[in-house]
Order: sequence, then structure tokens, then C-alpha cells
Amino acid sequence: MRSLVNRVGAAAVAAGALIPASVHAAAVEGPVQKQATNFEAIVMFLVFVLATLGITYWAARRTKSAKDFYAAGGGITGFQNGLAIAGDYMSAASFLGIAGLVYTSGFDGLIFSVGWLVGWPIILFLVAERLRNLGKYTFADVASYRFQQTPMRTMAACGSLATVTFYLIAQMVGAGKLIQLLFGMDYLWAVVIVGVLMIAYVTFGGMLATTWVQIIKAVLLLSGASFMAFAVLAKFGFSPEAMFATATQVHPKATGIMAPGALITDPVSAISLGMALMFGTAGLPHILMRFFTVSDAKEARKSVFYATGFIGYFYILTFIIGFGAIVLLLAPDATGAYPFLDAAKLAAAGGKPNPSMIIGGSNMAAIHTAHAVGGDLFFGFISAVAFATILAVVAGLTLAGASAVSHDLYASVIAKGRASEHDEIRVSKITTVVIGIVSIFLGIAFENQNVAFMVGLAFVIAASANFPVLLMSMFWSRMTTRGAVLGGWIGLVSSVSLLIMGPTVWKSVLGNPAALFPYDNPGVFTIPLSFLAIWFFSITDNSKAAQDEREAYKAQYIRSQTGLGAEGASAH
Amino acid sequence: MKENAQRILANPKFQELVQKRSAFAWTLSIAMLVIYFGFILLVAFGKGFLGTPIGSGVTTWGIPVGLFTIISAFILTGIYVHRANGEFDELNRQIMEESK
Repeated sequence: MRSLVNRVGAAAVAAGALIPASVHAAAVEGPVQKQATNFEAIVMFLVFVLATLGITYWAARRTKSAKDFYAAGGGITGFQNGLAIAGDYMSAASFLGIAGLVYTSGFDGLIFSVGWLVGWPIILFLVAERLRNLGKYTFADVASYRFQQTPMRTMAACGSLATVTFYLIAQMVGAGKLIQLLFGMDYLWAVVIVGVLMIAYVTFGGMLATTWVQIIKAVLLLSGASFMAFAVLAKFGFSPEAMFATATQVHPKATGIMAPGALITDPVSAISLGMALMFGTAGLPHILMRFFTVSDAKEARKSVFYATGFIGYFYILTFIIGFGAIVLLLAPDATGAYPFLDAAKLAAAGGKPNPSMIIGGSNMAAIHTAHAVGGDLFFGFISAVAFATILAVVAGLTLAGASAVSHDLYASVIAKGRASEHDEIRVSKITTVVIGIVSIFLGIAFENQNVAFMVGLAFVIAASANFPVLLMSMFWSRMTTRGAVLGGWIGLVSSVSLLIMGPTVWKSVLGNPAALFPYDNPGVFTIPLSFLAIWFFSITDNSKAAQDEREAYKAQYIRSQTGLGAEGASAH
Repeated sequence: MKENAQRILANPKFQELVQKRSAFAWTLSIAMLVIYFGFILLVAFGKGFLGTPIGSGVTTWGIPVGLFTIISAFILTGIYVHRANGEFDELNRQIMEESK
């Protein structure tokens, strides 16, 4: 199994936008050995499942209208939503992947953490309140606000479904592999359990259950990570300097772990990394949906404030945990042994420890550190939290996908707005079951595929198809249906086809001798292309409908700025 | 609704709200972009500086610079939320009141 840093390093040189994706998914790539059955973890996970099913039962009784189902009745507070957004963002792979990256290469892990975070302030300043004021249940509500519903909703729903599907496959494959590692359970069973539970959460409990599952998981993950960071620092009398000093003594890269390494080599890929993160995040349907669960723009702003705080705090913890892994796993214990390193590899290297010898791969760094600081029980707890994290993230993704089908395709395109709320919810629940079953099969089919590529695909599609249309619909009065629809489709088709022609698919997956397109990440080209297409096909559109759409911008503008006529919270 | 909209558009307070809020939002966005891309450019071109130890220890300048970038994201969102939920929302409330 190639180490995480090699994998991510190679991606960093070749690509921009794929880097975050690689970190996200690298935790779960390649073949994994099944570990011994971990009973503490299984018991704690069962407790989590029972608690969340209890919440789902409670939520199901309160979920009656479409607004309850899609947006938790609009009654989530800013603080709760902040935790839920942070939960969506702190996936198991980003926790294990970034801690593993810090463990293998030190400072470079911090560069990724920073990139993951800085999109949030921008979302707050430019997007959050407009989104809340204009939208109802899905981001397509906002994008299609003053345009022709059928073509706009079809395009937005396809963009959403493409993003959600690839993200979901990556999470399912990741879940299967992590659970093999953490629980000693078969891949097949792991994927089926994740699929069945996510169907249960979403069909019965809708957004209310999905949000609370996410909040509980976020609290568990933040508490567990806080305890680990605290325990690590306590070993050094709360002196980071003392911790860094020990780390540089035991790590083969010595003081190299305290400086930027080879991850980012040129400013162009560095800058495209930042762009892809920001735009990709602002185009993820399951994240955008969270803005409709709060009562008004004020709470939407607070959500982002809390989310930024929690995510930033979490990444600081992950950095400390990564260094904790260096000092705890690469130094001998009291008996002079290295319990977390592969004995055979250690002996082959003449007893000199190296990060790559870690049992289970570098993504196990945080898990082994949990074992080292908190014993079997805490190890079980962290493993259970990692599984819970995957469940919560897939539930959010499934709900976003189901909403795109029921609210955008069924209610607006097929039934032309004549569907009853009851029918719409029913379609949503059926879709959830279908998505659940399909993703179990896809999870099985893609078991040995490159997961990083699929998360990359999700991010590039979100940034090239969803984000430009969404942003322009809110900021540019002269956009027309023709411009938006063509721009969105061009973003979608160009990003998918260039990804297929790129080195990862064309060369590695399909086995062709050379790639047709030299870059792994087409985002640098497809994002501007989509914006350009929206601009060009809008300004050349002189139809009567286009004139009306430009006229309608004024009303949209007033609503987006003041919240006049915006969807309010329902009385509960 | 239509009459409301006309009255809101004609209200000088609406123009004031929109101008102030969007200037503020863009200023903070640019501040965030400058801080982040400044950090990334340091990573790309200033490896030496980021890898220089502070004083005689092993902690390098890269650590406080990285932490500063993370914390600045939180502080900038805090600044925006404070002003938007206070001053701007009050102005918005007055506009809605006067348009009735």
C-alpha cells in the first residue's frame, strides 16, 4: 500500500483540485487487511446506532410536511446548524487522512487543513444570506428563481445527482475499508449496514433526524479529538515546543517535519487548490441544503460562524494528534518495543523506525494514537466515532440526492408544480430507498477503484456545474435561462469528459498508453469555461423571455437583500 | 408585495444597507483571500522563512503563521456576523417596517 504522502504528493504535483479529494479519500484507498474483531468498538457503535434510531423515531413523529422532511421545519438554530455543517465537513477520511498526513510529513498537513477552512468565510460573506432568503429546500430553488423551471431544474438536478453519486460511492467504499480495519468486519457487511442505516435515517426521519445524527456525531468527534490532543500535550507539560522537539528527534525527517515539504511545488497548483476548495464547497448540494434548515438569514450567518469555529478548532486538534502519533508511535514504549509498527518491517530496517511501518497504513495514525493515550476502551470509542461519522455523512448526501429527484425533477419538471406535498415526500422516500440500494451495489462494484478520483470528480463537478450558475443567478442581473442552462451543462459535460480523458481514468483505469488530456484536475479550465458560457449565451440572448427574466432580477434582488417574502420557520 | 418592493427600492435606507453591506462583505472577502493566498505563496516561495526556528527552539515560524491563518478565518466571520446581525439587521428591520 503506497503511503498517503506519496499518493497525495503525486496528486499535488499533477493536479490542483484533486488534492483535497485525495486527502479526503486517501484514508481509505488500496487494499486493506481485515483486523481482529474489535468488541469495544462494536458495543459502542451499537449504542450509537440505538441512540440515533431513537432520534429517528422521535423525528419521524414530528416530520409531517414537506418543509419538515426537507428542511427540518426550518426550526434548527444557528448553533445547532453550525455543528451539523461542521459534522458534514469533518468526515472520517478527513480526520484520519489529515492526522495521517501530519504523522508522515508534519507541517504539510497544516497546509491542507488551512485550505479546507478558508472557503467558509467566503461562503458567509457572499452566499449564505442570499441563499437563505431566496431558497426553500434545494439550491436549485435559488438557481432557478426567476428562470424557466423545466430546463433549469433538470440541469441543476443532474448536477446535484452527479455530485452526490460520486461522493456517495467514495464514502461507501471508504466505509467498507475503514470498517474492515477498525472492526474486523467483512467489507460486504460493512457496506450493507451503512446502506440500510442511512435509508432508515432519511426515509423515516428526514432532515430532522439527519441533522441530529450529524450533531451528535460532531460532538462525539470533537470531544474525542479534544481528549486526544489534551492527553498528548499533557505528556509534554502542555509545551508544544517540548512535543515538537521530541518529534524531530524520533522522526526520520528530523526538523524537516517543521517546514513545508514537497507537497506543494508550484504556485499555480497551489492557487488552483484553494480555488477548487472554495468553489467546490459552495457547490455541494448537501452542504447548501443545510442553509434552509434555519429560520432566517440571521441564523444562517450564525451557522457559518459556529461552523468555521468548530472546523478550525478541529483542524488544530488534528495537527496536534498527528504530532502525538509521531512521538507515541515512533518512540519505543517502556519495554523498548514499538507496538504499533510492523515487526517484520522494523526488523528488516535493522530496528530503525519509520512512519511507513505503521500497522494498517498511515491513516491508522490517529486510531493507534487513541489506543496509546486512552487504552482499549478509548480506542473502541474513536473507532465507533469514525463509523458514526461515515453514517452521518452518507445520510446527508442521500437526502440531498433524494431532494433533487423529488423536489426538482418530480414536483417541478414532471408534475409541473401540481404534485401534492404528500406525493412529493413519497417520491423522496422511494428515491432514498433506491439511492440506498444502488449505493450498496456501487460500493461493492467499486471496492477496488480509486476513491480519490471519485471525490475529485464530485468536487470538480460541484465547482464547474453547480457553483457558477448559483453565483451568477444571485449576482448578475443580465443572466438568462439560455445562458444559465448552457453554462451549467457545459461545466458538467466538460468536467466529466476531461476527467475521463485525464491520466487517472484514461491511463490508470482504462489502461491506455497515454492520457488525452494532461491534467488530472480540469477545474482550472472548466470553472472559467462555465462562467464564460453563462456570460456569452446570456448577452447574446435577445428573446422576449430573456427580457422578462432581466426585469425580474429587481424583485429577486430585494428579496435576497431583505428577506422580503422569504420562507420563514414553521410553527412547531 | 409589488407595492412593497417599489417602496423598498425607493427607500434611501435600502440603498444605504445594500451599499454598506456589500462593501463590507467584499472587503472581508478580499482580506481572507489575501491572507490565504499569502500563506500559500509563502509555502511555494518562502519555504526558508516558514522553516526558520523561532529563537533557539525547534518551533518554526510556519506554526504561528499557519495558526494565524486558521484563526483569522474564524475572526473575520465573527466580525461580519457581529455587524450584520446588529447594525445591518436593524437597518433591514426599519426598511421592512417603513414599506408596510
